[in-house]
Amino acid sequence: MNVLIISAVFGVIMMFSGIILKKNSTVRTLAITGIILLLALNVWEMCSGKPLFAIDTKGMIVFDRFAHLFTTIAIGATLIYFLLSARDMEKVGVNYAEYFALIFFILCGVALVASFKSLLILFLGVEIISIPLYILTGADKRNLKSNEASLKYLLLGAFSTGLMLMGITLVYGSQGSFDISQPMLLESNGKVPVLLTAGMLLLLFSMAFKVSAAPFHFWTPDVYDGAPSVFTSFMATIVKAAIFIAFIRLFDEAFGALQAQWKMLLGIIIATTLFIGNITAVFQQSVKRMLAYSSIAQAGFMLFAVYALNAEAKEGLLLYSAAYCLATIGIFSVLIKLNDYTFDGFNGLAKKQPLLALVTTICLLSLAGIPLTAGFLSKFYMLKAAMTGGNGLWLVIFAVLMAAVSVYYYFRVIQAMYFKESSTTQELHVSNSFKITLVVVAALIVLLGIMPGLLIQFLYF
Amino acid sequence: MISVLLILIPLLAGLFTFFLKKDELAKAWTLGISAITFSIGVIALSIPEGDALLQFEQEWIPALGSSFSLKIDGMGKLLCLLTAIAFPLIFSAVWNKEYKNSNNFFALMLLGQAGLMGVFLATDALVFYFFWELALIPMYFLCSQWGGENRIRVSFKFFIYTFIGSVLMLIGILWLQSKTADQSFALQSFYSANLAPKDQSILFWLFFIAFAIKMPIFPLHTWQPDAYEQSPTAVTMVLSGVMVKMGLLGVIRWLMPVMPVAFHIWGDVVMSISVFGVVYASLIAIRQNDIKRLIAYSSIAHIGLMCMALFSENKSGMQGVMVQMFNHGINIIGLWIMAEVIERRFGTRKMSELGGLAQRFPAMAIFFVTIAFANIALPLTNAFAGEFLMFNGLLNTNTNPVYAILFTVLAGLAIILGAVYTLNMIRKVFFGEASSAAVATVPDLRINEKIALTIIVVIIFVTGFCPQLLLNVTDNISEVLTKAFVKPK
Repeated sequence: MNVLIISAVFGVIMMFSGIILKKNSTVRTLAITGIILLLALNVWEMCSGKPLFAIDTKGMIVFDRFAHLFTTIAIGATLIYFLLSARDMEKVGVNYAEYFALIFFILCGVALVASFKSLLILFLGVEIISIPLYILTGADKRNLKSNEASLKYLLLGAFSTGLMLMGITLVYGSQGSFDISQPMLLESNGKVPVLLTAGMLLLLFSMAFKVSAAPFHFWTPDVYDGAPSVFTSFMATIVKAAIFIAFIRLFDEAFGALQAQWKMLLGIIIATTLFIGNITAVFQQSVKRMLAYSSIAQAGFMLFAVYALNAEAKEGLLLYSAAYCLATIGIFSVLIKLNDYTFDGFNGLAKKQPLLALVTTICLLSLAGIPLTAGFLSKFYMLKAAMTGGNGLWLVIFAVLMAAVSVYYYFRVIQAMYFKESSTTQELHVSNSFKITLVVVAALIVLLGIMPGLLIQFLYF
Repeated sequence: MISVLLILIPLLAGLFTFFLKKDELAKAWTLGISAITFSIGVIALSIPEGDALLQFEQEWIPALGSSFSLKIDGMGKLLCLLTAIAFPLIFSAVWNKEYKNSNNFFALMLLGQAGLMGVFLATDALVFYFFWELALIPMYFLCSQWGGENRIRVSFKFFIYTFIGSVLMLIGILWLQSKTADQSFALQSFYSANLAPKDQSILFWLFFIAFAIKMPIFPLHTWQPDAYEQSPTAVTMVLSGVMVKMGLLGVIRWLMPVMPVAFHIWGDVVMSISVFGVVYASLIAIRQNDIKRLIAYSSIAHIGLMCMALFSENKSGMQGVMVQMFNHGINIIGLWIMAEVIERRFGTRKMSELGGLAQRFPAMAIFFVTIAFANIALPLTNAFAGEFLMFNGLLNTNTNPVYAILFTVLAGLAIILGAVYTLNMIRKVFFGEASSAAVATVPDLRINEKIALTIIVVIIFVTGFCPQLLLNVTDNISEVLTKAFVKPK
């Protein structure tokens, strides 16, 4: 509960700080202090179980362990994101403080989708996340690509929101309630009402749209590519992970009993997502666009959690969100420092900045799922969850073959950094604090890759 | 405890080596570390099997049912010893070679050694998989950074091949784990999982493809000649001398006892593929002009033979393979050292550009001929006992006797072809008309190369005269594993 209120309050504070505070560095410090405070309060609430504000939400919002742990991961990742990339937001436009404000509002939405018990709150959360994102995507006002991306995102996003609302309406029509914690009412002969099935499928499609699963992924590459890179980094990681949490909560609690209705469909969506994401990523020339497709491919893996719906799936999804956020934020932060977003832009980075190259390599290895990194164990959890659920063998084999494809494009970056010579002699300047944060990111990835228990234990104790 | 040291020493020393900026220091340090690892390997050999010192267990990810457990059995002893000998030999043989950023080179080599040791010792499937990949990553970087002209493409091909194999194995591991009684990754739980024959068949292929790529077995071998040719020779030695044994060990420890029925059912298929590969690789080897490629194809033939002997399903074949894994490692490292020496001296590996070297470089010729004889398994050299056992096993293959004879005859043909290409290589390189290379003013073997080669030759003859030394080590484990075989009708 803390995170919900404090993040909203900080959003407002940051909005007005732009008027009062003249220096960008003060604004940045304020934002980072805010996020640390948010993190501390959230962890405190998770461990003690006592929120600062006791608000009666009539059971519409319930902060359980799962919600707390995920919000902690999301806020922690945002902290790392601020430390690495907040400085680069200055380059986007003049409204520096407002970008932070919008990000705090998004965190508020993240808290909502992590804790909802009512379909209405889900809708609110998704919208609170989406609307600031439309603005952030178009933040680079003078850039046509950014404008185009923003408009595209808005139109398609509005469309999928429409689908979601329609789905919620139909579910409400058949159930007479927005509450997802109660078992779904079926017809007297045990059949699933048509209204419910239709509503459920609409919700499935709109959620698939929000997590950019194929065939609803078409907006992703353009929006990710067009948006300013700093915001792509945020959008592709924390926001995406949050929607996944909403996805698994919705389908576990509300529609878990009706698995037979949607499981096959979801299986096909997973296979398509993995296939399209990975195969298309192979042909990209720009690393930024490659990362966009890679985020689609990774979404395919995360969907396994929804497919399996067991204890391992939930643990795995949390680990996956942490691993994926850390690695992608790390790579994006390095990418932003480079002028050239093509693969050639990475040429010879190992000579110029050995540390940056090393950390990027660890992040890429993690995304590719090589052991000793968090990425491996999270993929491992996903596959294990799907196997335990049974009948998932075909999908699992397909997924690992696609993971092997993903090695191709992730390793292209490694090859460029280590085995190719740089064509420019331009020096790359990065601050020491940036380097230290990167080392922390790499250390976290390796640590979680050896001892996932460090994170997952919070789910139970 | 010993088992942990074998992994930990190269691992930590390897990480430390990244920070040694002086080339000479890095060289001496890695040689020293590998010598220490070697002495621990010897200690491990001397401790009787089953001793608590050889085992280690530590809870790791309890939620997943995985524990960090290691154990040195008879086969593990030999392979660890091989790994432990191989690295000091390699380091001393390439002492004169200059590598750019040599501290990184040696650090990655040591990390690779740690990975290999882990693969040979792990008795938990997840740990096994971890080390399986950990051994691969340093090799990828070594080959891509210090290799020949096409290094990036070739090492990437190697990586992708192995990665596809290993992810398939990962699924196999996961599936097996879900079938075990206690939901654990421990080897013993795998052994006691009673699987339906249909499941065994699927699992067999999930695992076997990974191992077959690593060995490599026809038709999955295409990464190998390229990778061996393009890698720096020190890395090639690791790849062919030690790393291919990962595949064989995988079959012996993780595949055969867990799914014996599928092992029996598919045995004939695998043996047919292997025997075809053996003859095919031998024929290609005859046509090669490049020494490195010739040795690479000869290695495919030898490994194919070992794979056949494994599937013969009897103790003789099994023990022959275990002994031969060690011997093949020693011999092929010897051959690579010679190839490296020749390339560095004369600037070429093409046999057509060499010839008549024996007169001016007698030491080189003596060593080369001795090792080459060991490679074709002449009596009194180390490979003889192993091949004898393997052929004995092949003749008694647990299948239709006609097939058994056919397999033996075809494999025997490959031995003859092996003699053809090996002797042909000796003739072309050392005898015949003196080429322009033979009159070049380059020194004969240096002292460090001589030491490495002498050690190899000593091992060749000692284990050649008393193969019982190696047989004693592997007797117990092969006896135990033999019990898992499907009984002949």
